[in-house]
Amino acid sequence: MIEKAFNGDRNYWGWIVFLLVIISAGIYSYINQLTTGLTLTGMGRDVSWGVYIAQFTFLVGVAASAVMVVLPYYLHDYKAFGKIVIIGEFLAVTATIMCLLFILVDLGRPDRILNVMLYPTPNSMLFWDATVLTGYLLLNIVSGWTVLGAERKGVQPPKWVKPVIYLSIPWAVSIHTVTAFLYAGLPGRHLWLTAVLAPRFLASAFAAGPAILILVSFILKKTTGFDAGKQAINKLAVIVTYAAIINFFLLGMEFFTAFYSNIPSHMHGLQYLFFGLHGKGQLVPWMRVSMIVGLGSLVVLLIPKLRTSSKWLIMACIGIVVSIWIDKGVGLIIGGFVPSPLEEIVGYMPTLGEVSITFGIWAIGILLLTLLLKIAAAVKTQD
Amino acid sequence: MNENRREFIKKTGLGVLAGLGVASGIFPKSSFESAVASTTHEDSASGRRWGMVIDTRKCKDGCTKCIDACHEVHNVPDFDNIKDEIKWIWKSPYGNVFPGESAQFVSEETRERSYLALCNHCDNPPCVRACPTKATFKRDWDGIVAMDYHRCIGCRFCMAACPYGARSFNWRDPRPAIPKRSQAYPTRERGVVEKCNFCSERLAQGLQPACVAACPEGVLTFGDLNDPESEVRLLLEKNHTLQRRAELGTRPSVFYII
Repeated sequence: MIEKAFNGDRNYWGWIVFLLVIISAGIYSYINQLTTGLTLTGMGRDVSWGVYIAQFTFLVGVAASAVMVVLPYYLHDYKAFGKIVIIGEFLAVTATIMCLLFILVDLGRPDRILNVMLYPTPNSMLFWDATVLTGYLLLNIVSGWTVLGAERKGVQPPKWVKPVIYLSIPWAVSIHTVTAFLYAGLPGRHLWLTAVLAPRFLASAFAAGPAILILVSFILKKTTGFDAGKQAINKLAVIVTYAAIINFFLLGMEFFTAFYSNIPSHMHGLQYLFFGLHGKGQLVPWMRVSMIVGLGSLVVLLIPKLRTSSKWLIMACIGIVVSIWIDKGVGLIIGGFVPSPLEEIVGYMPTLGEVSITFGIWAIGILLLTLLLKIAAAVKTQD
Repeated sequence: MNENRREFIKKTGLGVLAGLGVASGIFPKSSFESAVASTTHEDSASGRRWGMVIDTRKCKDGCTKCIDACHEVHNVPDFDNIKDEIKWIWKSPYGNVFPGESAQFVSEETRERSYLALCNHCDNPPCVRACPTKATFKRDWDGIVAMDYHRCIGCRFCMAACPYGARSFNWRDPRPAIPKRSQAYPTRERGVVEKCNFCSERLAQGLQPACVAACPEGVLTFGDLNDPESEVRLLLEKNHTLQRRAELGTRPSVFYII
């Protein structure tokens, strides 16, 4: 099937070359980081995780969100998702690979990464996260590729793939729950120390992930003529709407608990992010944009007439993705480190090299997704 | 399900329960109860538990002898910028070392003093829980929370987990920034986490930790918290002391007399 990825027009190859250029720049920056150290990033003693871990967190959500098409299609036999399910699975595959890459570039000693498996430590949530992510990657590659391969030959997929697909459903929930546990179980990091962190991770994932899926479907329709179907898109839009409502509801819970209880340590993180603390509020503009864009998009999604219009739906989906990317990919991780355990406020600004590596990994992911979807679209439109 | 089978299971269950009840009467310290007792964590058990009492009343403002001694012995680099900074022991104001402790009307004297901060060698260390490779671990024979610099992958999960900001990461090669090379302790490489080790290398030679030995005022007292006759225990008996952020349940082994 792979040969289908190498059969494209000028625009397709132009796109591939463009991504390769960004990837090369990222690799160059990473080699610098490898030889000089993570000092080349904006991270420091107080804000010791930055954009890498933040992207990782966001992308675990994107990976998990495949379940929003897999579950209706395979468990409830919701036929309208028949064409989109492969896009969801391949999106999950690429997002998971990006997650693993973001963890890799964040390590001080990437050459020792296998220590996680050589000295398995069940009490560490990072051990579990590495385990469930690797498992999820395999589940999705196997199920996506097998089903697509069968379709190409015009036969039914083999029976053994069904249990693999069923297993991927709870597994999707597990990857994002365990990712939330990385943060939610740490004493003294009050922004993270909340029981709704995992539920909120899932809610934001099930909003942003399907929103990306809708956007990818529109792009595919335009570039390859492969149409996931109006009904599937509309259903996904409803899923995005509900998930976004639950996400903002849970965020409201955080605000209530922190501010009504009036416990300073519980308020500090939110104060720093949304209003500024002791006159310092580096992330305030970001968080406000996230709120305004997110709630604005939600209003658009809530109006059926707008939600079913392609133009409005595309804008609302972009809005939801941007809003949740800021929330998880900027605010949540960095905000967790401010104020520090010694109540100091230390800023964080990613460096050019760090941004270049980040773009590089995104480009690797988008390249991989492009190739996989090129194959999928070729198979799906062959008849 | 078959009626007889259901009845059988019911009776077996009751029988097991009754048996356990009898057993718990015969063996008063059954494994049952020790499991319950260990969750309340009153006694951390056998062996030593190294600990420290810091008498902050005696600590002189502006004096950094303990810090200098520690950092020199352990080849701690000096980068002179907060981002790359590595520190094993340092001084910070009251509100920073004890966030959440009495915030109103703290006496000027208490406020103006600065307080030593270092790894607490917690009895229940969150960093050890978080580490995915056991590169940081608690020594069960003396309670020291130690590091294996050769196993650390540099994920910095322990830094996120430590509620005391006690851990530093080697963001760059530390060796060029070491002011005076010490032979007493190995240098570290770029890309790994480090922190205070309670001078385990000196304890092995029967010496006091470097900071304790360096203090001219007798601020620092080091000893076995599990020994009721030890000097640290006597100090704890005689004085009201604080542990940093005791509410987090980490059970720090460093105590402060304010």
